[in-house]
Amino acid sequence: MKKVFSIESIDENLLLKFEGKMSLYEVSKYEKKLATVQTTSIKNITIDLTNLDELDTTAAIFIYNIQKEFASKKVTLECHNEKLLSTLELVQENMSHYSENIKPKKLSFLQKLGKIFYDYYDGFSAFIEFFGQLFASNLRYLTSLKNIRYKEIAFEINESAIKALPIVALTSFLIGLVIAYQSAYQLKIYGANIYIVDMLGISIFRELAPVITAIVIAGRSGSAFTAQIGSMKITQELDAMKTMGFEPFAFLVLPRIIALMITMPILIFVADIMAILGGMIVANVDLSISPELFIDRLSRVVAAKHFFVGIIKGPFFAFLIATIGIYRGLIVKDDTQSIGFNTTKSVVEAIFAVIVCDAIFSIAFTNLGI
Amino acid sequence: MQMIKVENVVTAFGNRVIHDGLNFTIKEGEIYGLLGPSGCGKTTLLREMVMLEKVTSGKIEILGKNVADIRQRDAQNLRRQWGVLFQFGALFSSLTLAENIALPLGEYTRLSKRMIDEIVAFKLSIVGLKQSDAYLYPSEISGGMRKKAGLARALAMDPKLLFLDEPTSGLDPISAREFDALILKLRAMLGLTVVMVTHDLRSIYDTLDRVAIIDNKQIAYEGTLDDIASVKSEFIQTFFREKL
Repeated sequence: MKKVFSIESIDENLLLKFEGKMSLYEVSKYEKKLATVQTTSIKNITIDLTNLDELDTTAAIFIYNIQKEFASKKVTLECHNEKLLSTLELVQENMSHYSENIKPKKLSFLQKLGKIFYDYYDGFSAFIEFFGQLFASNLRYLTSLKNIRYKEIAFEINESAIKALPIVALTSFLIGLVIAYQSAYQLKIYGANIYIVDMLGISIFRELAPVITAIVIAGRSGSAFTAQIGSMKITQELDAMKTMGFEPFAFLVLPRIIALMITMPILIFVADIMAILGGMIVANVDLSISPELFIDRLSRVVAAKHFFVGIIKGPFFAFLIATIGIYRGLIVKDDTQSIGFNTTKSVVEAIFAVIVCDAIFSIAFTNLGI
Repeated sequence: MQMIKVENVVTAFGNRVIHDGLNFTIKEGEIYGLLGPSGCGKTTLLREMVMLEKVTSGKIEILGKNVADIRQRDAQNLRRQWGVLFQFGALFSSLTLAENIALPLGEYTRLSKRMIDEIVAFKLSIVGLKQSDAYLYPSEISGGMRKKAGLARALAMDPKLLFLDEPTSGLDPISAREFDALILKLRAMLGLTVVMVTHDLRSIYDTLDRVAIIDNKQIAYEGTLDDIASVKSEFIQTFFREKL
């Protein structure tokens, strides 16, 4: 179907002629064409739609705008098609109370700054509130063994820990391998090959295995907590649980925290074994220390306390990762972007919290002489 | 002219057969209803028409194009010519109502910002929303308003073909009747073809020209509402009892 827009201007008269079909794809072109016309000396404008067959609402708004823009001049509309007239009428009806200045005002710099700080304050107090609730429901539910939801805990242990075993094992194996490989090169220079055992033993047991495990779990299970609980909130599942009398803290929060606190030490233990294994392989290949020698020296020079220091950290890290992940899930707002935002935040904050916690442990243990 | 042609459509999810050979055609300018009991696959059929799901066998032609076997460019073209209203609005939750409606206009046309603002205001106005609602987010409005905004978005590009999934469910009775009136008005002015899934008896009698009633995996009845009384189907007899 043809689409024509012609402009004729004779003396004080301007003729705008639309033919064929006019839809939203043509409007921008026509708009530009109309903008080029000198209209200051024009007194009469005729909009000719007699040969127009099709008009959509966008095009009708365009025509309505022409009529409005030149309201000071004499505008006549020539159109005999009932359908087109009724479309124009519908537009006129709905656009008559349109005003451009209804957009919400932009905030000033100070207002924005205030809002940001208030939001932080709000977030912080919400976190404190969450802790209070957690503590209160802990008291309520952990007073009796009957209240503990063993099934949910077992499910979470499988979901967030057992299924995480392969990746934790692989990551720590590689870390052990890399650390040993890098230090082997340095130790060889001094001929201090055998000291690789002391070095690996202490660094892996005390620091590397717990922290690496915590980071993997934060990325894998902490983010999952946020996403699961966040989407449950969006789909109103949390509300449904509350109305049925199922306390979300008992069903969703505590089982996850408890499950992770139970399994974290086990995961760290696995990470210990795998990292030492990685180191042992490098020591054997690179420094020709046989596995027998390696294990023999390990048991003599690395005291058991180093191992226990690492394991003890597990439940603390687990608590931080789980609470942050769950808290972030619970504060998800009613839009999908909020889930992504909070998941990112939960992982970043959990890793940060783990490292801060680790630093505190480090200082405390050193001062205690452990 | 035929807008939509459904031919021997069979749909099965695994072993569960949903549709077992459906046939009907929808003509231009018609308001066509897909009716049937819950779980009979009305929405599935609608989803197959808008290329969200595939038929197991058979053929759905829309504007002469077989949607099961369509080139990317044709599919894109087709998508610009229809508007779809989902049951719960399906608005983009991170965008305001105005941005939701303006999205296709900004993507597919070169209209000026000012023009788009005006189109948005117009669409909001015809579906019965206020201009001040434009800057709210979907999470800040009620279910009924979301539905109206969803319709405004479906109408944004002035489509020739409109798919509505239970448009009046969840609306108050006044809004529901206004909705029916709007559909009829738009059809009269713009020659819209409307395909809707609905359970609203008032809406069925006020707006629909023809219906297809799906029951027991097959079309139990197809045609105008006038001869529906003669059909021997349990669903039809119960559903239309009040009016028969």
